[in-house]
Amino acid sequence: MAINKPYKEVPGTIIFDADMARLGFHLNQFCMSLMKAPNRKKFKAGEKVYLDEWPMSEAQKEAVIARDYNRMMSLGGNIYFLAKIFSSDGISFQAAASTMTGMTQDEYAQMMLSGGRAPDSSNTLKKGS
Amino acid sequence: MAKINAGVATSHVPAIGAAIDNGITDNEYWKPLFEGYDYAKEWIKKQKPDVVLLVYNDHATAFDSNLVPTFAIATGEEFKPADEGWGPRPVPNVKGYPEFASHIAQSVIQDDFDLTVVNTLDVDHGLTVPLSLMFGQPENWPCKVIPIAVNVVLYPTPSGQRCYNLGKSLRKAVESFDEDLNVQIWGTGGMSHQLQGPRAGLINKEFDNAFLDDIVDDAENLALKPHLEYINLAGSEGIELIMWLVMRGALNDEVELKKRHYHVPASNTAVGHLVLENK
Repeated sequence: MAINKPYKEVPGTIIFDADMARLGFHLNQFCMSLMKAPNRKKFKAGEKVYLDEWPMSEAQKEAVIARDYNRMMSLGGNIYFLAKIFSSDGISFQAAASTMTGMTQDEYAQMMLSGGRAPDSSNTLKKGS
Repeated sequence: MAKINAGVATSHVPAIGAAIDNGITDNEYWKPLFEGYDYAKEWIKKQKPDVVLLVYNDHATAFDSNLVPTFAIATGEEFKPADEGWGPRPVPNVKGYPEFASHIAQSVIQDDFDLTVVNTLDVDHGLTVPLSLMFGQPENWPCKVIPIAVNVVLYPTPSGQRCYNLGKSLRKAVESFDEDLNVQIWGTGGMSHQLQGPRAGLINKEFDNAFLDDIVDDAENLALKPHLEYINLAGSEGIELIMWLVMRGALNDEVELKKRHYHVPASNTAVGHLVLENK
């Protein structure tokens, strides 16, 4: 019998579970490699060439090059691993998060200053409360 | 004997560490957050703990996808601040306590909590930001620290109940160590936040404040809260709050609340902080 995964229904959210981790293993390990300065330099010098050294899917590589974080997560990336990419780009966590929401960085920063995104019936499950 | 006398809870947002390291804690954005820690900084100078059991999570720093321990205890002599992609934080190395940590591992494992034992461990913002919040910027940290890492990155994480029970087991382990030591336990992470996806930026003040109430006075019931409720209502990264339950489980059933602080935002996150003493 399959394992029940009610968390998959939480709106606007991808939970990094064991299945996603398996899917994203090489993508996430590529991200870890960016914690070393020489690797960051190599990656910056030729992103596609560097990515081709990893047994990642083409879709994962394209998502990295496009810095499409929602897509990277749907392909098994986890945000704490993906953070190594935007840290290498010199981008803050808040700026990176804003790119996933369809808001501009300023709009997102303003939302956080005003107390963040409030939970409501459009962004939470009724049965999970 | 060694004894746990107090607990501290605090968020561990990396931007808080950056604000301290860059000397901007006094600006308009950060001042209200840091003022909430003034009490704890004075309090801990008087408490002078010998050892802190610091419950935190690694954020794909020391543990990557090759190895994901659900619970780990660090028994090394010393832990370096990690390079998380922008260079290590300019903070002192963290001094461990190998004899005490090994004793705890032995006791807790024999009590049915199968901890992973780690020696070499670079510690990330999850561990160093709470130290900075409590101790400021000293040349050396004023006490020894035993890192206890909880997996909250790869789902499923341990349950709240499991974390709470681990706290109880840690307490037994501490109390069976012969040396006279003033021990604190800190639970870190949270509060509500979501760093990913179209719902990034979720903050739930109602959830957080109820959690702050319950962890003091109704922890037995709070420990029953299912994962889905954290994820749904406190955001995908709000699940870090289960680490506060390890801290709470290690304290007496009755505790005295010495300080409570709540502030939104620090970057993407709601910040919560408690100081609790055993009654």
